[in-house]
Amino acid sequence: MNLGQFILMRHELLLTIAAVFVLIAELAINEKAKSKIIPIALGVFALVTLIGFIPAEPGVLFGGSFQSSPLTSFMKNVLNLAVLIIFLQSEGWLKKPENLDKVSEYFILTIATLIGMNFMISSGDFLSFYVGLETATIPIAGLAAFDKLKSRSAEAGIKLILSSALSSGILLFGLSMIYGATGSIYFTDIAQNLSATPLVILGFIFFVAGMGFKISLVPFHFWTADVYEGAPITVTSYLSVVSKGAAAFTFSIILFRVFNAVFDQWQHLIYVLAVMTMTIANLFALRQDNIKRFLAFSSIAQAGFILLGILGAGELGMTAVVYFVLIYVFTNLGAFGVATSVYNASGIETISGYNGLYKTNPKLSLLMTLSLFSLAGIPPVAGFFGKFFLFTSAAGRGYYILVLIAVLNATISLYYYLRIVKAMFIDQNDQPVPLFRSSPMMRASLIICLAGIFLVGFVSGIFEYIRDLSHLFFN
Amino acid sequence: MVQGIPIYHFLVVSTLMFFIGVCGFIIRRNLITMLMAVELILNSVNINFVVFNRYLYPDQLQGHFFSLFIVGIAAAEAAVAIALVINIYRRINNIEVENVNEMKF
Repeated sequence: MNLGQFILMRHELLLTIAAVFVLIAELAINEKAKSKIIPIALGVFALVTLIGFIPAEPGVLFGGSFQSSPLTSFMKNVLNLAVLIIFLQSEGWLKKPENLDKVSEYFILTIATLIGMNFMISSGDFLSFYVGLETATIPIAGLAAFDKLKSRSAEAGIKLILSSALSSGILLFGLSMIYGATGSIYFTDIAQNLSATPLVILGFIFFVAGMGFKISLVPFHFWTADVYEGAPITVTSYLSVVSKGAAAFTFSIILFRVFNAVFDQWQHLIYVLAVMTMTIANLFALRQDNIKRFLAFSSIAQAGFILLGILGAGELGMTAVVYFVLIYVFTNLGAFGVATSVYNASGIETISGYNGLYKTNPKLSLLMTLSLFSLAGIPPVAGFFGKFFLFTSAAGRGYYILVLIAVLNATISLYYYLRIVKAMFIDQNDQPVPLFRSSPMMRASLIICLAGIFLVGFVSGIFEYIRDLSHLFFN
Repeated sequence: MVQGIPIYHFLVVSTLMFFIGVCGFIIRRNLITMLMAVELILNSVNINFVVFNRYLYPDQLQGHFFSLFIVGIAAAEAAVAIALVINIYRRINNIEVENVNEMKF
């Protein structure tokens, strides 16, 4: 066997090495100096992220179970970048005395889930897809219950593990039906033998229900808000950006590659899910006062917009989804970064607590405003371009009414995003959050997010690059 | 292939198990029982995979291997879930779902 071909798995192998390295560092470092693990783990992970950008040829491993192409490598790089930003943002939280003895667990669990997501994206059959999915899900439950002395955190953990166990059970039941109908678990074989028989359609519906839990589409979204609220804030940002992004990537890959033959059947299902997800999530977001819960519903609504790109099936849809997730990473992590630093400095998690933030912390307020504008899709910032291409790809397939509904929803979402802006800039507060200065790592992460919010939108080369990659992926 | 037993008998059993599991998950109010319901679902999937493999595609092994992997991963899931249930028990001194309700919308 030629060892050189393992270059195709470089992301997964490097991440495994990074996890083992953090484990060894934990053993080697003195009990009293545990916070030293943070810069070590960050350095190692930054190196891994950097090496991941080295291009490699497309190819398959393990008889087709593992498929690598420049597009999947790019998706993994996006996820790596997001996790790097989250690690930078989590420093202040990890340095709190109650977390100091479990710093390395945080890094190992996070990297383990990331390995699972990478395998999920690269999977070439349903077995490796399922193993990757579970590797990505089970450690997150541990992360959600990370503040083990807080009952809210424990509640978030148990809610996450039980609903994800149920959802993967439902998903597997669907997969077993598809296996019964086609006689294979390999994506290429299934795609060849697939026809719209009742068994296949039933299996597909179970499959979408299971994946809907992971991407938190309405009506499978009930766990999302509770878990997001109860989990520590950096874990919440991980769940809402990385976990959701990976699930969206995998979902679109499988829909385009495996279920392309039954597109006429699944387009109706995805259509209804998209409308429900956008509308209901927006209506719930209107009445939230907890910033984490608010961002949870906003992220459910964004998942609804991603479905528009999935409906645009094929090259353009894929490009729009990847481009949107790339923008979403910077945008949402910008908002979460501000929320994390405000929480670290003052313990405030409510939107009314943000009243008058502009007077004391103008820079943070400006970044929060830009992130929220980008989430809402207001032109100068990147979020607009992301939404624009999603809408274009859906309109290209003739879903004009759906695009109209999506535009209306984007308008509604503007109301609740601006509510936070109003709280920060206009509302009076006798005791606003006092002036504070974030740690250098937090500031670095916020600067990366700010740069991303502007650059990804304006540098048109990025979109063309992704389009070339997805052209290569489909041909 | 089992002599004299058609494939439908197995599929009826597995489908029944699946829906008993889903109902149990929704109706039962104890976290451990909910976990047991999930195990029922996973085992019904195992039956499906093995039966489809044995009856429809007897010359290959993909279904058998899939069910082996499901058994392994279900064990990992149960281990983490039970650890979290113990954590819940330490916080609120029981494991009834009604009491895990600090957050609601």
